[in-house]
Amino acid sequence: MHRSPALDMPDVPKGQLPPHIELQRTRVLCNFDAPTHTENVQYSGAYSSMGVDNSLRMDQFCNNFRVEVIRLSEDDMEFDMIGIDPSIANAFRRILIAELPTMAIEKVLIANNTSIVQDEVLAHRLGLIPIDADPRLFDYLSENDTPNEKNTIVFNLHVRCERGGPRLTVKSNELKWLPHGSEFPLATENTTSSSTSKPKTYTSFSCSQDSLPEFSDKSIGPKHPDIIIAKLGPGQEIELEAHAVKGMGKTHAKWSPVATAWYRMLPEVVLLQEIEDEKAEELVKKCPVNVFDIEDIAKGKKKATVARPRACTLCRECIRGDDWDKHVAIRRVKNHFIFTIESTGALPPEVLFNEAVKVLEDKCERVITELS
Amino acid sequence: MEHGSFSDHSKSTFSLSDEDHTLANSVRFTLNQDPRVAFCGYSIPHPSDARVNIRVQTTGDSAREVLKDACQDLMLMCQHVRSTFDKAVVDYKLSKPVKDMSIEK
Repeated sequence: MHRSPALDMPDVPKGQLPPHIELQRTRVLCNFDAPTHTENVQYSGAYSSMGVDNSLRMDQFCNNFRVEVIRLSEDDMEFDMIGIDPSIANAFRRILIAELPTMAIEKVLIANNTSIVQDEVLAHRLGLIPIDADPRLFDYLSENDTPNEKNTIVFNLHVRCERGGPRLTVKSNELKWLPHGSEFPLATENTTSSSTSKPKTYTSFSCSQDSLPEFSDKSIGPKHPDIIIAKLGPGQEIELEAHAVKGMGKTHAKWSPVATAWYRMLPEVVLLQEIEDEKAEELVKKCPVNVFDIEDIAKGKKKATVARPRACTLCRECIRGDDWDKHVAIRRVKNHFIFTIESTGALPPEVLFNEAVKVLEDKCERVITELS
Repeated sequence: MEHGSFSDHSKSTFSLSDEDHTLANSVRFTLNQDPRVAFCGYSIPHPSDARVNIRVQTTGDSAREVLKDACQDLMLMCQHVRSTFDKAVVDYKLSKPVKDMSIEK
């Protein structure tokens, strides 16, 4: 048979892939047994034998990239990123979870704990309480530094359940912020030292934190006042001081600024054939999230249409059963991501995403300076 | 750290410390998009060490330069993402009060 070279195919426009290969490149086909074409064809020369350049030039990226915000509230947001590669979307997700700093309680100085909750369990629970403090205003505290007003937040918890009274539930609103620093005196050897103006405590605050301009209008405390820390029976008491420092989710999950952050690819539901009348009714009933709708066309006939493909959860119920996968195709668009970010409250979600992108830029810059 | 040969600068392995899949996969993507690259990939020698080896083989240019250009491209992409995102958030916040008003009517 006479074979013409691929570049001479008359029906394929120059610089464009034939439709079946374009489908393979841009869509994940979610078949009944397993998804196919899940890999990303990133290599710039992948389609060079067809004369198509697969490389992503910056101007093309800048023209095609779009962000659409669907929902934005104080604590969570949902937005679409269109035209970006999964490796970068995943990098943002990983940074949001593990590499953005937050403040969380790290050191707990326990003066008295006669409750049934053990010291270490109490300290662990205190660490997991989200603190409403902007971590960008603080510095990291390392081993050799002294805790001062630039790197530590001090809280005090002193609760007592009276004898003869009912049981007491200790909630997080009992954690009081101490803007002047620690109040527990350090045990010093020299008991005969003359009484100086201030005994040495566990932190050395040179000025009070609420005199700093950033904290003058908003006091620091736990984000939610109703988190149960412990329960006390009659006669039990807890007295402790908690020091919160800056850290990253990489070290411990208490420092993660998001409850979670995730993304999914946009689902695309396509009807391969016309579906009419009873089959249409059946299809609409099958879908648990009502992706399909009935449309009445002329002569009293009914036709099924795809009304809400975004709500599709890929349960594959519509392609189950005899021959349905020839009528309905479920796919995912490879470069359209629906991102959801749920913040624990220290920073609003749009600020968190901004910081995450900045962190990725800083990493690149570090590599560039290391290479030069 | 670069492990390559003194005579042939077009192929070498870069070992980055304190890095993981976050940066390595993104850099691998931008490297692949560069037409000068013949081969690129990354591996993590042990999951407990935060160390990544990125292998770059080019069609003649210095591998170090190509990696630097890929990181620059990634930085430009991030900056563009940030500006587009900020604009989208501002647009959404401006359009939201209008929506609230129309509901109240």
